[in-house]
Amino acid sequence: MSAREQILQRLRQRQGQPLQAPPCDFSVMEHRDWSPEEKLERFERTLESVHGEVHRVNRAQWMDRLADVLSTRGARNLLASTSHWIGQALRDAQREDLPPLLTYDRPIEGWKPELFNSVDASITSTRGGIAETGSLILWPTTDEPRLMSLVPPVHIAVLDARELYPTFLDAMRAQHWAAGMPTNALLISGPSKTADIEQTLAYGVHGPKELIVLVIEDEPDSSP
Amino acid sequence: MAGPTRIYPSKPAKVYLFGTCLVDLLYPEAGLAGIQLLEREGIEVLFPQAQTCCGQPAYTSGYHDEARAVAAAQLDLFPEDWPIVVPSGSCGGMMRTHYPALFKDTPLQARANDVAERVWELTDFLLNVCRIQLYDLGEPATVAMHTSCSARREMGVAAVGPALLGQLKNVTVKEQARAEECCGFGGTFAVRHPEISGAMVNEKVAALVDTGARQFVTTDCGCLMNIAGHAEKSLQPLSGQHILSFLWERTGGKGGTSA
Amino acid sequence: MSQSPHQIDVREFHPRAQAAINNPQIRRNFRKAMDGLISKRKLAFEEWDLESLRTLGANVRLKALSRLPELLVQLEQQLVANGIQVHWANDGDEACHIVQAICARRQAKRVIKGKSMVSEEMELNHYLEQHGIEALESDLGEYIVQLAEETPSHIIMPAIHKNTDEISELMHDKTGTERSHDVEYLTASARQQLREKFMKADVGVSGVNFAVAETGTLCLVENEGNGRLTTTVPSCHIAVTGIEKVVANLEDVAPLLALLTRSATGQHITTYFNMISSPRRPDELDGPEEVHLVLVDNGRATVYQDDELLDTLRCIRCGACMNHCPVYARVGGHAYGTTYPGPIGKILMPHLLGLEETRHLPTASSLCGACGEVCPVRIPIPDLLVRLRQESVDGDHLHPARVRGHGSKRSKLEAMAWRGWRWMHTSGNRYRLGTRLATRLRALQPRQLGAWTRYRSAPRLARRSLHELVREHQNQQGGPQS
Repeated sequence: MSAREQILQRLRQRQGQPLQAPPCDFSVMEHRDWSPEEKLERFERTLESVHGEVHRVNRAQWMDRLADVLSTRGARNLLASTSHWIGQALRDAQREDLPPLLTYDRPIEGWKPELFNSVDASITSTRGGIAETGSLILWPTTDEPRLMSLVPPVHIAVLDARELYPTFLDAMRAQHWAAGMPTNALLISGPSKTADIEQTLAYGVHGPKELIVLVIEDEPDSSP
Repeated sequence: MAGPTRIYPSKPAKVYLFGTCLVDLLYPEAGLAGIQLLEREGIEVLFPQAQTCCGQPAYTSGYHDEARAVAAAQLDLFPEDWPIVVPSGSCGGMMRTHYPALFKDTPLQARANDVAERVWELTDFLLNVCRIQLYDLGEPATVAMHTSCSARREMGVAAVGPALLGQLKNVTVKEQARAEECCGFGGTFAVRHPEISGAMVNEKVAALVDTGARQFVTTDCGCLMNIAGHAEKSLQPLSGQHILSFLWERTGGKGGTSA
Repeated sequence: MSQSPHQIDVREFHPRAQAAINNPQIRRNFRKAMDGLISKRKLAFEEWDLESLRTLGANVRLKALSRLPELLVQLEQQLVANGIQVHWANDGDEACHIVQAICARRQAKRVIKGKSMVSEEMELNHYLEQHGIEALESDLGEYIVQLAEETPSHIIMPAIHKNTDEISELMHDKTGTERSHDVEYLTASARQQLREKFMKADVGVSGVNFAVAETGTLCLVENEGNGRLTTTVPSCHIAVTGIEKVVANLEDVAPLLALLTRSATGQHITTYFNMISSPRRPDELDGPEEVHLVLVDNGRATVYQDDELLDTLRCIRCGACMNHCPVYARVGGHAYGTTYPGPIGKILMPHLLGLEETRHLPTASSLCGACGEVCPVRIPIPDLLVRLRQESVDGDHLHPARVRGHGSKRSKLEAMAWRGWRWMHTSGNRYRLGTRLATRLRALQPRQLGAWTRYRSAPRLARRSLHELVREHQNQQGGPQS
């Protein structure tokens, strides 16, 4: 008999009282009735409390802010998507105040040392944010692969303020996650950190040392 | 943290008192003070003379057959439907939270559940059922309060001791650091793991001494003999008293309050 | 390189505890850490209806356990449909062999590891090293512990027993890092060394915090990013987990995550919550080509048989019980000599190792209840400790003992003493006579009471018992007799 069958048999032939699934009342996690401003304010406060940086921008000036952010850090390059509107906009803009744009256009095996050692910053989109925990939702794609948000020392993420959900539970319900999960789904809530040495916080232990979020707040009448 | 919430009944005419073996042999004045405080509130206190021990020492040592036998001998002592008050969070916790499990699926189950349902920690009963009003007649004094773990977590009465002491106008109550931490008594734990228990009580005494108070009061005799015993042995300037003895003394015995 | 926990005799608890208590550095390191963690947890739940959330957490776990075999099959089906290979292991050795066989097939020589307590339980590093495979820990705490050739002293913060100086000295000795008090410098140095290892690793091994049956998703909770690197950079990812980690629905993850990070370190959420549902798809540019899940039983199915002990399987490994344990704070994690230390270890390890070997663990508790009070899934840890004490001495004929090695602590003398105690306390008359005698002979009371008086003066018997005082009092009052 295989280990699988042995284990399942032990579990199925359980002695003792029959087990019943208790009702699960999720209401303690529901009904965070925050206004859009409250959500944004909470997102900001929570993310900043864990060393994240939040910039409120509008659709017209986000690239200016990005250029500021990158130049103050002396970033020599920026890894950006090719087909997502963020990458496209950056490439189309051809701005001189932005560093050269890099492209993640081949399998990681082809450029591991370069990605690990030579990329200064990356910019990715998000699938929304979570107000309660100050989290970004990322579903990496071919256009924005998994390591893009992890390996460069500075990660910049663009979040549409309209896609802020009160809680993780709200987000997964609204976006119907249970109907189909991607290869990799991520919540990112701040830069990489550790407190493994005497509970002293240190950032960038394995992933980015900095997480910068550009929250795009649109004028009420504008559309994406 | 809140313990199990209870609905407090109106003040009854009578209560049973279960004195506990530690009070009986080591601190009987605390039990008597409890009785006198209750009587001053106009309650008749019934003390079944056949009572011995709640069974906890055997229970926590794993000798459940022995614990059950001794506990069973107590179940018959409270035939009428009066509350059972206990001057200890620990023994109260045993009777209230562990009797039902100990007697589950035995012929005594119903009676054990009935007894458990009627058990009250004595200070909780004074404050929340009797709604006692204390009039302090003592000299100004400073005390620290130590609530036992069982009073805090099994009986959920951590707020009671400080509230009662707060009624004493000449008493300053000092909060110890890490008030929620165990003093290290734990019954047989203290002798099975003496070094760990010793380290715990050492820090507990230090925390109490650090408050500046020279005396502490507590809800439980286990903590009392552990903490006061260590203070005495290590020559620390700290003495202890059961909170009931303290309350009775401060309020001048009989004439101390209007009921 | 790494020390096999098998070399540690769990029964030698007392000398290890004693040594830790006498080591002021260890005492300070743990105390400082525990104080910080306790206050952070409190703050993190400030806005919450914590008791309702704990109830939900417990119920979500119970829901999963109530359908455990079905959910494991569903999990397997979903994972396989997603392209993840599933393996089953009866015990740690089988699980090690599965991991090693995958490595061998892939000719992998370098394994990088994310934090996994199940792999500690399996003693995986030791096993792989014996088979010529380097297994390197990448979580900073685990990395430090591995450099020191030790085992973790805490399930969340493995190197909590060391302070900065000790770590600096260790990194200097083992990696040539310059000595420094600057935590950022030490961290950066470890980053540099580990990045090289990540790039060269053939296989990544991680644990799993929750495995979702509904969607076939493996969830990992972490702050450092080493977990993401481990599960993304090498071409093969092997996740190892206990069979109890499965949850039914994706939504169930939400309350457990909310409870886990706040209970563990007082964080609203960790930096990364990593949900993996498949290997790299053909059009994707990174991620492992192969993903495996090894489901490890290792005694869990045995625990599953028992209505009470089953509660231990709810555990989500947050470590709050040890953070709040006054015994753990005094003796530290290594004194236990077990993979899982602290209160949860005291109730888990007897199932894994048997009560003979773990004989001193269930009694090493004052039953203060702090662990049960903070447990995010309401495991009644103190009650289970009492249950195991009962099993140790076979003390309850109504509830026959089940755990391996039960009865191994029963001594004739002790059993006789308790029978004597019972004889005395089952009769009011015998008891009154006995106490009357004791109080009258109080002058003869010994001043030394063994272990008790090592740290305390002996309690003094009262002149007269409460029984007597009450009678006197009632006589004075002309009151009732009962």
